[in-house]
Amino acid sequence: MGLTELSISQIKEGLKEKKFSSLEVVKASLGKIEKTNPKINALLTICEKEALEQAVKADQEIEAIDKKPLLGIPIAVKDIFCTKGIRTTAASKVLENYVPVYDATAVKKLKEAGAIIIGKTNLDAWAHGSSGENSDFGLTKNPWNENYVPGGSSSGSAAAMAAQMAFGALGTDTGGSIRQPASFCGVLGLKPTYGRISRYGVIAMASSLDTVGCFGKEIADLALLLQIMAGRDKYDATSLNQPVPNYQQNLNKKKENLKIGLPKEYFSQGLDKKVEKKIKEAINTLEKQGAEIFEVSLPHTSYALAVYYIIQPSEVSSNLARYDGLRYGFDRTFFNEEAKRRIMLGTYALSAGYYEAYYLKAMKVRTLIKKDFDKVFKKVDLLLTPVSPTLPFKIGEKTTNPLEMYLSDIYTVTANLAGIPALSVPAGLVDKLPVGFQLLGPQLSEELIFQVAHQFEQITKLPKIN
Amino acid sequence: MTGKNSKLNEKEVKHVAKLARLNLTSQEVKKFQEQLSEVLDYIEVLKEVKTEKVEPTSQVTSLENVFREDRSQPSLGQKETLSGTKETYKGFFKIKRILDND
Repeated sequence: MGLTELSISQIKEGLKEKKFSSLEVVKASLGKIEKTNPKINALLTICEKEALEQAVKADQEIEAIDKKPLLGIPIAVKDIFCTKGIRTTAASKVLENYVPVYDATAVKKLKEAGAIIIGKTNLDAWAHGSSGENSDFGLTKNPWNENYVPGGSSSGSAAAMAAQMAFGALGTDTGGSIRQPASFCGVLGLKPTYGRISRYGVIAMASSLDTVGCFGKEIADLALLLQIMAGRDKYDATSLNQPVPNYQQNLNKKKENLKIGLPKEYFSQGLDKKVEKKIKEAINTLEKQGAEIFEVSLPHTSYALAVYYIIQPSEVSSNLARYDGLRYGFDRTFFNEEAKRRIMLGTYALSAGYYEAYYLKAMKVRTLIKKDFDKVFKKVDLLLTPVSPTLPFKIGEKTTNPLEMYLSDIYTVTANLAGIPALSVPAGLVDKLPVGFQLLGPQLSEELIFQVAHQFEQITKLPKIN
Repeated sequence: MTGKNSKLNEKEVKHVAKLARLNLTSQEVKKFQEQLSEVLDYIEVLKEVKTEKVEPTSQVTSLENVFREDRSQPSLGQKETLSGTKETYKGFFKIKRILDND
């Protein structure tokens, strides 16, 4: 078994027992990158020199691994997180030459835990997209089949994980940007509760929806990454001042009489039959493991995407207003078509005479969507749904019709509107392409979500590319 | 809300572009007029929802008025702050004139 196939937990054990060094681990990752990245374009920046230097340092202090839980372990970071001294582009030409002078809090915490940043991953520019095709620096391809998209917007992070270039990866999720690519690439992807991880130093897309999260190969790895990054940050007023549970320690706990709801609106028209069948298999597995399954209803689901496509572009238009090319970056003529489209839509929705009909209306329906979840979580502990209505689609299939592309987010935007945590779990393969399901819980229920997914992964292992 | 019969016209697209400080080509104006109208049509579905007695949700944390003490703290130095810009003047950002001469 090659080093790059291992999980973070396994790498840690090996480093501790001196079976291999951090330098060997970093070189193994760089080897994969060198071989695969020219084909799939998952990384925009490869931090080869810095990573090798840090690996040597990590090996010198390897005894500290209990205090620095990610010591010497390569992690990939979506190129929307500011990284001090490392170019950060948001995959947009506007920021082609931008080198931040500070680290995002999430990055800072990972570094303090000893992690080695192996590279910055590609994305749909400004995190606008569901396919990875919208990067200004070339699209990312799905490592399972290079004719297909890896999903987006955290396209490079998901693809890098599937191609074993890193052992964990950072992403952001505003309407499904971690969960959908995780599903399309066959890896785990967590969107935590809104505010669980600080957004400081993350290039803002839609501030009331943006959530920092992570990709991993097993639940224990996600639990560790969340553990390290979660918590209140004085630089992000929306970060939650709630205690961070010991996610890793509690993984093996099993909730008695676990109740899982299947919202009927998520299994209706438009869901690919083969995807549905795979999801039903996952439901059966969980049922055999003791979960009680109920059909439930979230009656305002059909309005969620419309709400999302008002709130999100409105906040985008406001956040992208700062790019004037004066203090850093290039001017507004460098925005690509999708960024312009969203700025236009948002500016229109917020402009005089339309604000009440669009933005205010959307915020009111958002309340109803959130209430649907509050109500259903009085009956069941978690919800299980598909992540995407379709299998990964072919490159170019949806690029000419923005609305059709937007519809890819139909099962994922609700979690962002309600601020609740959601995890994308690989269910297996259909036509040699990965399919994931989604577990959703009330705010701050990451611990329970991990426990249930951990049970599931005992039976259904992550699919691996041959 | 606007309906199919009053979807965005060219003039409105140009006006919104001006508000957003975007220079659109005439092709882009046409394209956006069509695509944005399509999205606006889709959004029409919200008209069905009764919201007279519903409060808006602008954020989901239930946090309120997060303050900090008003005390100066260490911040980035001048050199770092200016490191991303091409044009500086005596330690300041150099920007284009925004007011006319007279």
